[in-house]
Amino acid sequence: MPSQIYAGITVDVDHEGFLVDAKQWTEEIGEAIAQKLGVSLTPAHWKVLFFARKDTEAQGQSPGPRRITTATGIQMKELYALFPKGPGKLVAQIAGVPKPKSCL
Amino acid sequence: MKNIVIIGGGTGGTIVANRLARRLPKEWSIKVIDPNVEHLYQPGLLFLPFGAYDEKQLLRPRAQTFEDRVEWIQEGVSEIDTNRKSVLLSNQEEIEYDLLVIASGARIRPDLTEGLLDEGWLKDRFEFYTLAGAKELRGALEKFEGGRLLVNVVEMPIKCPVAPLEFLFLADEYFTRRGIREKVDLRLVTPLDGAFTKPIAKERLGHLLEQKKISLETEFSTARVDGASKKLFSWDERSVEYDLLVSIPTHSGDSFVERSGIGNELSFVPVDPRTLAVRGAEGVFALGDATDAPTSKAGSVAHFQAECLTENLLRIIDGKSPEATFDGHANCFVETGFGKALLIDFNYDVEPLPGHYPLPGVGPFTLLGESRRNHFGKLAFRWIYWNGLLPGRPMPVPTQMSMRGKQRPQASM
Repeated sequence: MPSQIYAGITVDVDHEGFLVDAKQWTEEIGEAIAQKLGVSLTPAHWKVLFFARKDTEAQGQSPGPRRITTATGIQMKELYALFPKGPGKLVAQIAGVPKPKSCL
Repeated sequence: MKNIVIIGGGTGGTIVANRLARRLPKEWSIKVIDPNVEHLYQPGLLFLPFGAYDEKQLLRPRAQTFEDRVEWIQEGVSEIDTNRKSVLLSNQEEIEYDLLVIASGARIRPDLTEGLLDEGWLKDRFEFYTLAGAKELRGALEKFEGGRLLVNVVEMPIKCPVAPLEFLFLADEYFTRRGIREKVDLRLVTPLDGAFTKPIAKERLGHLLEQKKISLETEFSTARVDGASKKLFSWDERSVEYDLLVSIPTHSGDSFVERSGIGNELSFVPVDPRTLAVRGAEGVFALGDATDAPTSKAGSVAHFQAECLTENLLRIIDGKSPEATFDGHANCFVETGFGKALLIDFNYDVEPLPGHYPLPGVGPFTLLGESRRNHFGKLAFRWIYWNGLLPGRPMPVPTQMSMRGKQRPQASM
């Protein structure tokens, strides 16, 4: 199982760098991953990240962009400004939850 | 008299109804509510724009798809009340249920993308997820003499996630046969980060797009369409031009789901992914495209879910608890053009793996590899669908995904 060190802590990751075990995540790890991916975290970012973690726990799958906007009230355009290109994927990477699922 | 009510007579609803019809105790009635007089074979819609099928081959009178014991009510659903355990039909008649199965499918929502249905719709913008839409696209493809043909997936989830790719593979063949392939620029524009996102599939199939000269624009989430300039714009202001747009629009659940307040942000019904029970609603289950289950929206999924759900409904009727038996199993033939296809078989926990299906070595189908046999399998499936699957007959493949015949990935340390 590949691993990475974030904020001095070793976590298990998959081949794309997503955390395998969401419970290993801490806010410091989230900060470190965000920094590595070139994202500076603001309160708006954290609102999204905490929602993503809570929702993944409740639903068993990580939320896509629409679900994030509906739940947090953040508009789609702003979400893309906060998490460029693929909010579903980028949010999951930083929040320490699995990549949104696709079959192939 | 006790009632099982099934909303939706598509693949999932019909299989459950027919399987129950043979095994339900006499004091139970089975009602299927569906307003459409014909049952549509949706996998055929991929081929219709290329002239391979005509609509007669894809339709059957719904009345002919049910066992005698099933009562089909030709109405829509206005609303369901899970506290009163009743279904309000569009004709305002109310039906009470002891057990309810929501199998109302998913529908495309081009109205949810700004500009998609405006000027240019059905002139240079089309969809093939409805029979009417596929027929319109057929006409457009016949007239297309060259330019940029864009296939755009607006948003996930969609029914049949491989269909956008299949469409492009078939388009490559279609224009080659017409002798104008070099005049056509084929491109997939997708919100996903690749045409293939699973590592083994990517490794095995990544070459297909390059080989067939299909270009790719990834992580593109369509925000709006400008028909005048023939451009798609993403939420982060990237744009891509088209001469002919084949749109796979945002999907949602049926409108009664929203009216009844039981759906998620796209009106899909949240279910326990393994028992298919609808949370917070006693005696209510859902299956097929209507749910939020984290597997593909595909006929094979509805079929495997129907097998699991039938058993769970019978357990409940017998005074037992439902069991967490559905494992997310899906299998799909993927047309790759020129008489070949590949097959993928996977579930919640296992990505598509190479090998043979359903039998090790013998197959007869190869997994994650192109073959003519797979293509014939896909075509032959239409007969199996009408004559075996829909009537609820047992299929010679296991309900849960099996690792038999599959090559396990190398363990990575």
